[in-house]
Amino acid sequence: MDYASILQLLDSTIRLSTPLLLACLAGLWSERAGIFDIGLEGKMLAAAMASATVASLTAAAPGWSLFGIELTWAKSLLSPVIWGLIAGILASVIFALIHGVASITFRGNQLISGFALNFIAAGLTVLVAQRVFGQGGRTPQLAGDARFPPLTLPLSDEIREIPGIGPLWYEVISGHAILVYVAFAIVPLTWWLMYRTRYGLRLRAVGENPAAVDTAGISVIRLRYSALIITGILCGIAGAYMSTALQAGFGRDMTAGRGYIALAALIFAKWRPVAALWSCLLFGFFQALALRPDIVTAVVQFRVPGPILDSLPYILTVLVLAGFIGKATPPRAGGEPYTKER
Amino acid sequence: MQPLPKWADLVLVPLISLALAFFVAALVILAIGESPWFALKTMVQGSLMTASGWGHTLYYTTSFIFTGLAVSVAFHAGLFNIGGEGQAQLGGLGVALACLYIPWPHWSLALLGATIAAAAFGAAWVAIPAWLQAKRGSHIVITTIMFNYIAASVLMFMLVDVLRPIGQQDPSSARFPAEVLIPRLNQIPGLDLLFPRTVPANITLFLALTAAVLVWLLLWHSRTGYHIRAFGKSPGAARYAGISATRITMIALLISGALAGMMSVNNVLGDAQRLLGNSAAGAGFIGIAVALMGRNHPVGVILAAFLFGFIFQGGSELGFMTAIPIEMRVVIQGLVILFTGALDMMVRMGLERVFPRAANPAKPTTAGAA
Repeated sequence: MDYASILQLLDSTIRLSTPLLLACLAGLWSERAGIFDIGLEGKMLAAAMASATVASLTAAAPGWSLFGIELTWAKSLLSPVIWGLIAGILASVIFALIHGVASITFRGNQLISGFALNFIAAGLTVLVAQRVFGQGGRTPQLAGDARFPPLTLPLSDEIREIPGIGPLWYEVISGHAILVYVAFAIVPLTWWLMYRTRYGLRLRAVGENPAAVDTAGISVIRLRYSALIITGILCGIAGAYMSTALQAGFGRDMTAGRGYIALAALIFAKWRPVAALWSCLLFGFFQALALRPDIVTAVVQFRVPGPILDSLPYILTVLVLAGFIGKATPPRAGGEPYTKER
Repeated sequence: MQPLPKWADLVLVPLISLALAFFVAALVILAIGESPWFALKTMVQGSLMTASGWGHTLYYTTSFIFTGLAVSVAFHAGLFNIGGEGQAQLGGLGVALACLYIPWPHWSLALLGATIAAAAFGAAWVAIPAWLQAKRGSHIVITTIMFNYIAASVLMFMLVDVLRPIGQQDPSSARFPAEVLIPRLNQIPGLDLLFPRTVPANITLFLALTAAVLVWLLLWHSRTGYHIRAFGKSPGAARYAGISATRITMIALLISGALAGMMSVNNVLGDAQRLLGNSAAGAGFIGIAVALMGRNHPVGVILAAFLFGFIFQGGSELGFMTAIPIEMRVVIQGLVILFTGALDMMVRMGLERVFPRAANPAKPTTAGAA
């Protein structure tokens, strides 16, 4: 295996890790506040559909109007892909709030609520895309300003010729959509908010011992809703990245279990933000490997069947969950609805 | 603290939840510019008004009884088996191997053998997540989801690289020999008067009903069933009473996996008569909705399975006859799970206002002191 294919592998690792990382941090916020959320998958899917739809429609304006209002002004205000991002975040936050109503306000089963929302998202996204575009539940191919362009970092052309570090900078670090850099920047931001602010302290407390937080006169319900809104925003960015940067449009079930892998990465990371970065990079690396069977064959010297390669991330997840790589202890109040004592 | 009368809790709460789910589904249909009333008429027409419709509805019902029972048994032990889909797919592999490689002299023996193989493969597929849950505390929900994805890969590998006959393009096994094929409802004397043409529903329907009776006997009339329910209600108390948590977790999940696997007798041997990719077609997930709707009781499961058979067959009729995509049934399914499984407290809170405590004179206010 030569240096060039290693660089290609690392490059796709970064691109494939990004949605996992965003979803993983989303899960971190809600689970640290004591709300299990297996609905990350559905939120990403809803956001991917909403982003691609709105980006496509805005890019097609003039000619597009909503309820008779011409929306060309929108295009002059912000680029179509940004409108797409906003729509994706909104869709995801709406799903997060439904999860909140079911699991916080009505103290329902958090696993079942998340699971149900995944189904609703899987069906509804196809229904809406079919209604709007009539192309079998897909959005049209996005192009131009309906997608996030790759960003060329400074110096990448200048140092490209330097052996070793030059190609690494040019191929792997530079040339991604801006959301990739946003995702990596959210890791230290999450760490700072969680461990260095009063809000973060309260949020972690509400995931461990909500009664104590309540006794201190702080609203458990408000804290948990705020965490779910952050979860919604992060899943929204993840979904928008899927359909307007990683790929060029929405297709049915395009998240393909990433929400669940992100949950596994979260457990692997033991619910800590910086560790989440590493575990998502690892899972992203496995997804990148599954895309390059030629490299795997070259390394292990025999043909690994494609389906086996595809299932590697899931097998790894089970091994991780089995606790062979250290014990993971979830937030203590996770999954338990909070009932104020009367 | 149970202010609702028992019948309201058992019957009214699920029915109101269902009505709410259908109401939201109607809003969705309105929002995509179609008529909910016409959609409902199409669903009823396509699933309950013709012999062929009944044949399909009962076929789906059979699968959903199995997966619904599977989820229910695990629920009674306080475990959420989300992996019915993968277990059903592996069950299908068991059915295919049993039918292709063992020369059965008669279909009745083949049915027995295929059922055992399906149950064994389904149980084997849940064994690892079950053991990890019992021994290492790995969350059963995440592990079984992962095993669903792994099952899909295993099936794809088996179909493409092992079971596919030489020279065939599509990933599926060879057709099963004629000796093992079990009768469809239109081939059973007596029932053939009701079903003039070939229908997918088959003799497995009676196997499913038998399984429901057996599950009822197991849960409410056997020592193991008592242990399962005790462990599900209160793991701490059960452990204090000498019930082994590991043992009950394993038993409940293995039975659950076996039931999920057995649904494949219906679709693989009963209808497709060969193993196809994605053979379970989402029935494993629908089992969750069926169990929630049927309140984890075999009778409720049978009724809910029939309801979902209707939704499934009616939903595919929607896909054929109207502009509403077939995905509508996934939305309905999700809504039913949401309203019956997660928002039931909302319904209950509403009903508590309708049924004031005075409506329950058998239990005066002193009950609160107990």
